[in-house]
Amino acid sequence: MTCTDFLAKLTDFFDGNVPPALMVEVEQHISECKHCEVVLDSTTKTINIYRNSEIYDFPPELQQRLESAIMTRCCGPRDAAK
Amino acid sequence: MPAIQSPESESIQPEEIHPDVALVARAKEGDSSAFEQLVRQYDRQIFRVAQHITQNREDAEDITQDVFFKAYQKLDQFQGNSKFSTWLVRIAVNESLMRLRKRKTSKTVSMDEDVHTEEGSIPRDFAEWRPNPEQLYGQGELSEILRKTIQGLPPGFRTVFTLRDVENLSTEETAEALGLSVPAVKSRLLRARLQLRERLSRYFKQSNPLQALEGKSR
Repeated sequence: MTCTDFLAKLTDFFDGNVPPALMVEVEQHISECKHCEVVLDSTTKTINIYRNSEIYDFPPELQQRLESAIMTRCCGPRDAAK
Repeated sequence: MPAIQSPESESIQPEEIHPDVALVARAKEGDSSAFEQLVRQYDRQIFRVAQHITQNREDAEDITQDVFFKAYQKLDQFQGNSKFSTWLVRIAVNESLMRLRKRKTSKTVSMDEDVHTEEGSIPRDFAEWRPNPEQLYGQGELSEILRKTIQGLPPGFRTVFTLRDVENLSTEETAEALGLSVPAVKSRLLRARLQLRERLSRYFKQSNPLQALEGKSR
């Protein structure tokens, strides 16, 4: 397996969709190629950091204001019409 | 070996009925409290998706309102073939991209944009990262780094990464929400992930020259 082959399989790897036989080749390549080991490790960390971080505030006041505006916009006139 | 928890790997019973189905049915019959519950469940997610794509807080607020208003108006069209949340996300993506198009009047913004460029598809930085890179920075500083970094991605890549990796939709759900094929999502996702990794490397690698220069000890 080359580095290009490894990169082509990276998305399937993260999805857990690499067939067992090919997985052996992937693991073999990672154990032999420092660059691809680093790419895998840092890409994994990239995903985890974004997944576990709330980078945009959504304070309760904003949530309440949005919910109130949405419900007024949706159900106010509709309820009145029924 | 590091691994990402994938939604596909979770054991979901196919016969399980999602609780949203009953709420949507009640909302369709005019039960506003059922719709309100759906709003409460998903407004944070819709706001986050809109803000990730538009990179603008006011736009994200407007879009969140518009998404639920449109969903309410079109409830009868929701057939339950996908999750209700995926249906909402699809509306949010369309509204967000439309907002970007309005902002950039001379340039088309779509999921096809920047697809043909090879930029960022080949890793160049091979420095090892710290074991727990997120602990190198305070929460506010880390959020700022993550915001700035994802802001630099083309909208098409940013959108795919947001749905798959931030919102944790499966690759198939991401494809469905964006109206793309699964291979197209995989291709964009690979490049989005590699570009973000490349850009974050300067903050998280073992020997961080910025920290050395600034004399910071973290």
